[in-house]
Amino acid sequence: MKLLNFLGVAAAVVLGAGTVAAATLDDVQARGKLNCGVNTGLVGFAAPDANGEWDGFDVAVCRAVAAAVLNDPSAVEFISLTGKTRFPALSSGEVDMLSRNTTWTFSRDVDLKFEFVGVNYYDGQGFMVPRSLNVSSATELDGATVCIQTGTTTELNLADFFRSNNMSYDPVPIETNAEARQQYIAGSCDVYTTDASGLAATRANFENPSDHVLLPEIVSKEPLGPLVRHGDHEWGDIVRWTLNALIAAEELGITSANVNELAGGTNSPEVSRILGTEGNLGEMLGLDAEWAKRVIAAVGNYGEIFAKHLGESTPIGLERGLNAQWTEGGLLYSPPFR
Amino acid sequence: MSAPSQASFKISMLLNDTRYRGYTFQFTSLLLLFVTFSYLGSNLIRNLEEAGLNISYAFLGEPAGYDINQRLIDYTSQSTHMRATIVGVLNTLLVAFLACLSATILGVVVGVLRLSKNWLISKLMAVYVEAFRNVPVLIWIIIVFTIMTAVLPSPRAFRGEDPSASMIFDAIAFTNRGVYIPAPVFGAGSLIIIFIFLTSILAIFWYRRYATKLLYGTGKLLPVFWPSMAILFVPSFVVFFALGQPISLDYPSLTGFNFSGGWTVRGSLIALWFALAIYTGAFIAENVRAGILAISVGQTEAAASLGLRPNRVMNLVILPQALRVIIPPLISQFLNITKNSSLAIAVGYMDITGTLGGITLNQTGRAIEAILLLMLFYLLISLSISAIMNVYNKTVSLKER
Repeated sequence: MKLLNFLGVAAAVVLGAGTVAAATLDDVQARGKLNCGVNTGLVGFAAPDANGEWDGFDVAVCRAVAAAVLNDPSAVEFISLTGKTRFPALSSGEVDMLSRNTTWTFSRDVDLKFEFVGVNYYDGQGFMVPRSLNVSSATELDGATVCIQTGTTTELNLADFFRSNNMSYDPVPIETNAEARQQYIAGSCDVYTTDASGLAATRANFENPSDHVLLPEIVSKEPLGPLVRHGDHEWGDIVRWTLNALIAAEELGITSANVNELAGGTNSPEVSRILGTEGNLGEMLGLDAEWAKRVIAAVGNYGEIFAKHLGESTPIGLERGLNAQWTEGGLLYSPPFR
Repeated sequence: MSAPSQASFKISMLLNDTRYRGYTFQFTSLLLLFVTFSYLGSNLIRNLEEAGLNISYAFLGEPAGYDINQRLIDYTSQSTHMRATIVGVLNTLLVAFLACLSATILGVVVGVLRLSKNWLISKLMAVYVEAFRNVPVLIWIIIVFTIMTAVLPSPRAFRGEDPSASMIFDAIAFTNRGVYIPAPVFGAGSLIIIFIFLTSILAIFWYRRYATKLLYGTGKLLPVFWPSMAILFVPSFVVFFALGQPISLDYPSLTGFNFSGGWTVRGSLIALWFALAIYTGAFIAENVRAGILAISVGQTEAAASLGLRPNRVMNLVILPQALRVIIPPLISQFLNITKNSSLAIAVGYMDITGTLGGITLNQTGRAIEAILLLMLFYLLISLSISAIMNVYNKTVSLKER
């Protein structure tokens, strides 16, 4: 089954002459749809809602880019990709961008020829165990059976963590989050490990979330962010500054509620530059002046997106933590719009 | 009548003359095929160049960085991708071998029973065949695995004062992670026992040949089964106790999260093995049935009139002849098993598709290289299986003299 997928992708590489070339923006505008690669289903980040509409934190980034370049946040073709298929799909041109809990690493950036445009979620690999096991630290997991999703950075981190702590473990490779969940609930693995945000999202979907604990250890740095192919810097700039616009909007207090009012006139020069009432930033990007205004009007600022999909009022209930603005002790720091 | 001379050849004859037309079409097709493949190849190379990628197998020498739970040879996360690939190859061969063996046994039994005169048995076998060969094997793999993980207790259930699950004979534990069985521990002198055991097996063959010879020569029928059993076990047991029991068993016991000690037969291996065996067994059963039906009823009647009992008619007359019909399709079933074992990732069994075509591909991003290598492996292994089975087919096929 997977082999077929790979062959399909390989065939796409072989046959898709020219699609790898530059001018992704023109392609997207000519097509009228943005092809965006997302998770196969991780509630909070990317999952179809009750109406079959894709919804989530990563999905919002896709919609933001669609709002910027196509003037329509719903003009997105969501293509769900597994940990394995995501990179071939992006390099073959099957998707224009990837927004799929993807960790920014050296080899992916340099060797796989991708361009990470920024970080939309600072994460780290964590462990989830049933409360009944009475485990309070990951260092007590010697000999445990661990479920991991294959094709992710987590299996390498896991090997490193257990090796450096001189512990043994029994890895059970799993293809998707849904299968991992089933295995974990049936008790065929003691521990489920993935990015801490993913664990929280998975746990929120359990029948009794309180029967499971997330261990305090975070064993890796997992800066998750959207990425595009090497080679088309104009397209990379659009995705990068769309993400920055979301982050800067929160810092500057632009929300989906007040964006129109602020666009009518404000004292803050940077807000005016973002919203296109001053300067010509949009033109430099190859877009119109109101691109960022549309983005914020469509999906809200970073804080709104976070609160809607992951925040403490949602079942997932994640704190901002590292993902707070730099002014509030977090790591989010958008370069200036000028 | 004289043959047309060379000089009378005209270009138009390439199309109009039936003597040459075939060659023209063959040549054109070959040319088209060649052009198509060179176009695809050059396209691939150009696209790779444009994307700044190159074809390189250097990644095989780099440390893999990931762990594999099921391995037949030593492997750690510091081993190379090449080593991980070999671990995967061995895992593929292991499950393919086990599944081929059990599918054949199952198939022969079911195929014979489906022809039984007992209405219930033949209908039950018909239901088995139709149910199993008409549901995709991936579904069967998942069904078996899901049933295993859902029905069998987790190792946790074996813990505590009053555990809800217990080990069979205090030696074998069935859990949803796999089956834990005692493993032999070879002490000093165990080589002697192994040697004697292997000699006993040879001795059985010798005894059976002798019995057959005696039967054909003198008509005297020696018992075969019980003497064989005696030859197999008695000498080894005598030496085993004489040497003071050098081979002992290491029983699995519950420590920490899992059972340790003994051998672990993983749930993923069992699920894949069992699912492939019952699925392909259904096809083999049909092959066997076809083979038996291909032997004319007269053979059965002739054998019966010689006074052979039904069992012997089947074993001595029908099956040897039926094999000629059965073996060729059986080869394709074996190939199917080997190739279907690539569905292993559905249950997290690390076969070559899981290591080389899965994690290695993913971590290195070398999709084309890994897939090419994977194709090469499956091609090689399939051709080897065909070659071996064809040799066997030669030995059973009708020998015309």
